[in-house]
Amino acid sequence: MSQINKEEVDVVVVGLGWAGSLMSIELAMAGLKVRALERGADRGYEEFAYPKPADEYAYAVRNKVMATPAEAAVTVRYNMSQTALPTRKWGAFCPGNGVGGSGLHWTAVLIRPTPTDLKLKTYADQAYGPGVLQDDMRIMDFPFSWEEIEPYYEKFEMICGQSGLTGNLRGQILEGGDPFEGPRANPFPLPPLDDTLNNTMFVKAAKKLGYHPFPNPSACVSRAWTNPYGNQIAPCNYCGYCSKYPCLNYSKASPQTAVMDALKRMDNFSYEVHANVMKVVLHDDKKTAKGVIYIDKDGNECFQPAKIVVLSSFQFCNVRLMLLSGIGQPYNPLTEEGVIGRNYAFLSNGGATLFFKDKNFNPFATAGATGQMFNDISPGNFDGPGLGFIGGAKIHSSQATGTPISTALPKGTPAWGAGWKEGMEEWYGHSMKISITTTCMSYRDIYLDLDPNYTDDYGYPLLRMTFDWKQNELKLQQHLKGIVSNITKELNPDSYSESFLPMDAHFDLTKYVSTHNVGGAVMGDNPKTSALNKYLQSWDVHNVFVPGGNAFPQNFQANPTDTIGAITLMAAQAIKEIYLKNPGPMVQA
Amino acid sequence: MINFKRLLLANAVLLAGTFASLAQADDSLVKQGEYISRLGDCGACHTIPGKPAFSGGLAIESNLGTIYSTNITPDKAHGIGNYSEQQFSDAVRKGVLPDGTRLYPAMPYPAYAKITDADMHALYTYFMQGVKASDEQPPETDLSFPFSQRWGMRFWNWAFASDKPFQPIGGATAEVNRGAYLVESLGHCGSCHTPRGLAMNEKALDSSDSAFLSGGSLNGWDVPSLRGLPRWSEQETVEYLATGRNDKAAVGGEMTSVIEHSTSWMTEADLKAISAYLKFIGGNPAAPAAANTAVSATEAKLTAAKNLTPGERLYLDNCGACHFVTGKGAPRIFPELDQATIVNAGDPTGLIHTILAGAQQPSTAKAPSTLVMPGFAGRLSDDEVAQLATFIRQGWSNKAEAVSVDQVKEVRESLKK
Repeated sequence: MSQINKEEVDVVVVGLGWAGSLMSIELAMAGLKVRALERGADRGYEEFAYPKPADEYAYAVRNKVMATPAEAAVTVRYNMSQTALPTRKWGAFCPGNGVGGSGLHWTAVLIRPTPTDLKLKTYADQAYGPGVLQDDMRIMDFPFSWEEIEPYYEKFEMICGQSGLTGNLRGQILEGGDPFEGPRANPFPLPPLDDTLNNTMFVKAAKKLGYHPFPNPSACVSRAWTNPYGNQIAPCNYCGYCSKYPCLNYSKASPQTAVMDALKRMDNFSYEVHANVMKVVLHDDKKTAKGVIYIDKDGNECFQPAKIVVLSSFQFCNVRLMLLSGIGQPYNPLTEEGVIGRNYAFLSNGGATLFFKDKNFNPFATAGATGQMFNDISPGNFDGPGLGFIGGAKIHSSQATGTPISTALPKGTPAWGAGWKEGMEEWYGHSMKISITTTCMSYRDIYLDLDPNYTDDYGYPLLRMTFDWKQNELKLQQHLKGIVSNITKELNPDSYSESFLPMDAHFDLTKYVSTHNVGGAVMGDNPKTSALNKYLQSWDVHNVFVPGGNAFPQNFQANPTDTIGAITLMAAQAIKEIYLKNPGPMVQA
Repeated sequence: MINFKRLLLANAVLLAGTFASLAQADDSLVKQGEYISRLGDCGACHTIPGKPAFSGGLAIESNLGTIYSTNITPDKAHGIGNYSEQQFSDAVRKGVLPDGTRLYPAMPYPAYAKITDADMHALYTYFMQGVKASDEQPPETDLSFPFSQRWGMRFWNWAFASDKPFQPIGGATAEVNRGAYLVESLGHCGSCHTPRGLAMNEKALDSSDSAFLSGGSLNGWDVPSLRGLPRWSEQETVEYLATGRNDKAAVGGEMTSVIEHSTSWMTEADLKAISAYLKFIGGNPAAPAAANTAVSATEAKLTAAKNLTPGERLYLDNCGACHFVTGKGAPRIFPELDQATIVNAGDPTGLIHTILAGAQQPSTAKAPSTLVMPGFAGRLSDDEVAQLATFIRQGWSNKAEAVSVDQVKEVRESLKK
């Protein structure tokens, strides 16, 4: 097949989700000619105008705005001795697709990790005696200081119209916010979302038990918001269609509402959809990339030359593209040489569902982020060393969405037919949840590589994920079970059910957890243990930048989007201020 | 790896070298002329999507038949490349072409007659030097008899057009007079906002007549009066013209294109001048007091959601998500329905059209978001739209007449064309 050669651009951006759209607008504003290539469809406002997205079956069951397994499957196994099998149906995670990517359908909890979360290795070395933690653990520090990254958190939060209560303003602890948050230079841009009944019940019980609850920081905005790019986000109307749905009310910060309209006005920006990037092409010396090869919507193979390549597809798609392109040395878990695929991590969830006959929770009135959480059980804020594990969790009560298929019913209620209908009639709106979202450490033998058996439609190997729970994460789950159980007792429901990982649990690929897959091409100070420097620049190919969750060396308990936005904006600033003046490695190893 | 800055610099030098001779002579005049073309919104009719700028071809439906806009690029064969400045001026100000052909007043020459000589010179320079020649040949306008007889326009012009230059308003501030000039000449706001007489003539061409900008009708939509704009502050008018939205309203209908292609390009000073002038001709009216009891009665009923009329129920199910039970919407995003001119218009066509077909905000430099109000044609029957529109026109402090099923039917039919 002959290749179509495209006109050279300054920057080619692969994937038009949060990372890709932020990189595009920041670099286009600096005057560079930017072209974005997106594998999926374009997604404009017409597609999700009211009331189209209010369709649980289409969006939450049939994954209308997600990548299909045929487009983005990975293979999965528990350990190195097994043969991995492909994900023919999404389960534990479910990546987005099309313009907006996962940023279009997220729940919109926009929260920072703590300064300790970002320097976890330093904390572990200081707080834990030798031999307490598993010796195959490979956690690392993020390669920047709180002071360096804080302005970029703030910038991204202004772009999103973050709504919530401030807990730490320049060192001063403020009532109502998270006392464990790192110091903020400025308060939250907008006030928090309104509380629902479950929130007030949870807050009362948590406070009584000595915890410090605060409203979930949200990118579903509480008031009309105009962001620094001039884009507008509408006040949330609590319709409940957030996670897995595009917002029908323009109320959730997404690449569409927060970036694209301003970006599309720029003459030096263009984008192409149904453009599936196969690999990055390197110059002979392997020190720089010369562009990317992609298949366009008509099946033509195209070469897009570019002076800078930004890989901003989903976490594991970025890792796969690096492996397929020969950018950096693939990780070998036996010798621990190589860096691409290293430090993959996921996360776990769990919690309790509490049923109250005499309470109406009105679950149909909620935003994705409606809820309260506390951060008392996060690294450094409780006696992890004494308990023999590292990590923590957000413990929260978030208002469930009122969509019928996902409604929680008491144990023993039939899942279909007349019995299910009776159960729905009796229990709809009478339950609330207490949930955990946990950290997940990285380990020597938990990693990503190319699968030796399975290939995609074009003959390229799928990415292989080797992942299972480790004792550290299971001990954490057991500890959290006790805490949630105490809150449940305090709330005294008529009945409740619980879901936590037992000490002999294996990773369950079939049940949805969250699409917070991280690592695999991580940022760090040392090219021997990281793929990227602190500006998300490949140590090996200096004009390739790889923003995304792939850069996290392990997973913290905070949702990842705020940090993905912040590190992407910091990288964009470095490209503008340092790289353009003197193209080359921005950090000397 | 190439050094970017050096590369960019090299390109700039190269470009400057190539075009230096052309660019230096009239650069600022061309820029000024381009701005004047924005003030006059020449592109609204002479540029269509997918074709070169100013190459014409827009079909303008009139009561007389279809009029096509012409190619006004400097192409000598298909455009206006052979026009002298005087010929250009006569076409713009008088509607007379070099060969004596008379234009139909779809071209707003009765307003353009007031353009100053200096602005006309800049505009001419821009069209000759700043616009790229195109050999597009738009369709010929061919009206039925007797309107095909362009010579008849001579008498129309004699009766209705004026060749008087712009007259400043004595005693008004320089800002108000700048606004008067922009509105009465280049802005040609009266084309839509001044009522028309029997011969399709605007009943007034300047502020000396109280009919001027007192509201008109376009494609069945009531066009609001601009005299004083009592509900809006001057700053709200500025914001509306710059972005198509302010704390109370969002643009819809034909004005969307005017904002996208003309007013959003105007300087803040010019927008302030227009706003001051519109206040001035309405006698600088005081803001009306809000009718609080009626507003809170509707709000309370919608909140309680008991014993709702079908119109109220339809509102809650379809509109309340954005416009809320208050009817106030959200600043700059969801327009206010209480007291809105489109809601309270004598002819409800604009409101019905918006409910059925929806609306979308234009992207402007200061407000790029192209938020969409979805159309409800596929969701609501004629009867439901009539009930809903009637509720909206009579809810809160609105006091407009009920909407009939036939009125909805008629607008729905017009959408199919």
